[in-house]
Amino acid sequence: MSVVVDSIKENPVEEFLRTDRLPHVWCTGCGIGTTVNCFARAVKECGIPLDELAIVSGIGCTGRVAGYLKLDSFHTTHGRPIAFATGLHLANPKLKVVVYSGDGDLVGIGGNHFIHAARRNLDITVILLNNFTYAMTGGQVTPTAPLDSIETTTPYGVFEENFNLPHLAASCGAVYVARWTAYHVMQVKKAMVEALNKKGFSFIEILSPCPTIYLRRNRLGSAIDELKYYKEHSVIQHGADTREVGITVRRPEKIIVGKFVDIEKPDYLTAMNKHLSEVLGDKYVRWGE
Amino acid sequence: MAEVKCITADPKGVLTGVHYMDGNHAACEGALAAGCRFAAGYPITPSTEVVERFSARIPLVGGVFIQMEDEIASSICLQGAVWAGLKAMTVTSGPGMSLMLEHVGLAACLETPCVFVNVQRGGPSTGLPTLPGQADMQQCRWGSHGDYEVIALSPSTVQECFDFIIDAFNLAEIYRVPVFFMMDECVGHMTEKVVIPEADKIKVVERRYTSKPPEEYLPYKPDPDLVPEMVKAGDGYRIHVTGLTHDEKGYPVINAQAQHEMVWRLVDKIEKNAPKIWRYEEEDIEGADVVVLSYGISARVALKAIEMAKERGLKVGRMRLIVVWPFPEPRVKEIASKVKAIVVPELNIRGQIAREVERIVEGTCRVMRVPHAGGTVHDPERILDAIMEAVK
Ligand SMILES: Cc1ncc(C[n+]2csc(CCOP(=O)(O)OP(=O)(O)O)c2C)c(N)n1
Ligand code: SF4
Ligand SMILES: [Mg+2]
Repeated sequence: MSVVVDSIKENPVEEFLRTDRLPHVWCTGCGIGTTVNCFARAVKECGIPLDELAIVSGIGCTGRVAGYLKLDSFHTTHGRPIAFATGLHLANPKLKVVVYSGDGDLVGIGGNHFIHAARRNLDITVILLNNFTYAMTGGQVTPTAPLDSIETTTPYGVFEENFNLPHLAASCGAVYVARWTAYHVMQVKKAMVEALNKKGFSFIEILSPCPTIYLRRNRLGSAIDELKYYKEHSVIQHGADTREVGITVRRPEKIIVGKFVDIEKPDYLTAMNKHLSEVLGDKYVRWGE
Repeated sequence: MAEVKCITADPKGVLTGVHYMDGNHAACEGALAAGCRFAAGYPITPSTEVVERFSARIPLVGGVFIQMEDEIASSICLQGAVWAGLKAMTVTSGPGMSLMLEHVGLAACLETPCVFVNVQRGGPSTGLPTLPGQADMQQCRWGSHGDYEVIALSPSTVQECFDFIIDAFNLAEIYRVPVFFMMDECVGHMTEKVVIPEADKIKVVERRYTSKPPEEYLPYKPDPDLVPEMVKAGDGYRIHVTGLTHDEKGYPVINAQAQHEMVWRLVDKIEKNAPKIWRYEEEDIEGADVVVLSYGISARVALKAIEMAKERGLKVGRMRLIVVWPFPEPRVKEIASKVKAIVVPELNIRGQIAREVERIVEGTCRVMRVPHAGGTVHDPERILDAIMEAVK
């Protein structure tokens, strides 16, 4: 018996995707694609013209995001997308530059660039997908892996302390900091819209299931189990003290999510133009205005 | 072949006049005259004066200097700036250059036109921070992993720090490659007269942007000269650029065929265009028994040795490489067939350029290395010894 499909509904985010590159590389159940869907919807909603938006990724499963979005998109080197984005943004401040990459990429090998970009309050958005592992290379320990996680390079369990990313970003100077999970699709989209429209360094951490590697190796069940866990154990606490939001053990009783920081502060270029105008007067050639 | 669009230098960036300055400052002025409006760097002796001057000058000209958190960041930050439409450079020395190498490969792969200035000091490791070396000449050619080609120039005088860095920027735009400007501590810190011409006398090559509409444009489809036309972010082309092996669309393709096509083109675009890139200076080659081949500060020291040899009645010619990579292979071969020996003084002890000469001459004439570990320049007597030995 054949099934006749008379109308195939168009995917609402298709216009933002490089459909000629599909199917994508991500596994069934992976949270990355879900977040890309949120991002495409956020792009549609944020009001920024598509030609003024650029996306930069590093290397990893999440690092592949740039390659599927129909924007000016740059797939750079492992850990360095923020440094590339810095140049892109400063050279053409009319572009809204988004960095979209993994936990290992942005705060492992790329940690130095992350803290300095936040400190400088560069007007860029950083979206970090935290799957608690170096997924693309098969599941080695990352600086976000909670205690006791089993990774290929910590076969007896993690004993190092991990990063509390919202606190790291906030204490380095980020003006917008939020954390959500791949379960919270509406909130993720809304946070992305807010971050895109925020002047200064905005940061979103998204906890995301990696069923193929992290969940399987840690016997945490399927992607659905992980999403259920996010649903049942997330506690929305906007404005939470970021010192209190660390995820120190696997599957803690409660994961604090929400918008933790949303403050105003002059971004790097505003500060540069203001300062150099004051010091140099008319001799200063203002940049990017 | 796409025409190279030439404009005159931006008058604001050009410090027309006669100056007395050091090579690092002259390199900065040359970069500005070439249209460089973005620099990212991290302090390191003996190169820092280049970006110190840039940071003072650029607010008056229009552009950005940013001191990044390290050289890894600097060497990719500048590529972001290039893809946003500016001409950009980074400036460093030994240890910093070692950190930048991954992004030399990125620039080669993305075909990002950009300039890496290396004011060479003695190595390895922290080595001799304040003293000269010429031991990064092979590093700049091969330092990043994988197959690719670069261009490298080497100035011998302060005037050339100004003049040749403009050529470095122009070559980067013409061939869309990372271009190395291989100075050394002596040239960088030596103070000499520099004549900066009027802006309209300076030839500056602009980026080769496509005139094709987005639906016809393929970011990595080369022109007949093997170099693809460029676009910048924000132009509405919505390009994808990746350091993975890619096809003409710029999309990743992970197989041997795509690798073959991409890598051969990256190499061929320099090798096949090499006759247009080679640049050297020659004197008294005809009838010479010995030719001294050198570059940078060592070529200048060699002048004294050549003079002493001539006083002793020897027939000595000289060849000075201005563009070191690609190497002027046919010309060196030709010279080798006419002389007894080629003498190669350089501030490294493993014959980084001498080996290349040896490889090329294939025993046709003797190749006399004049190694020096760096820290100072050669004693001309040692170069003279080699010349005397060569004619024995
Ligand atoms: C300089 C360098 N070191 C190591 C690698 C290998 N590598 C590729 S992806 C990756 C891990 C990525 O992890 P993460 O950023 O968390 O992304 P995920 O795959 O988990 O989404 C590593 C270590 C590389 N490409 N480059
Ligand atoms: S390995 Fe994990 S992170 Fe990578 S695509 Fe598969 S599920 Fe996603
Ligand atoms: Mg990860």
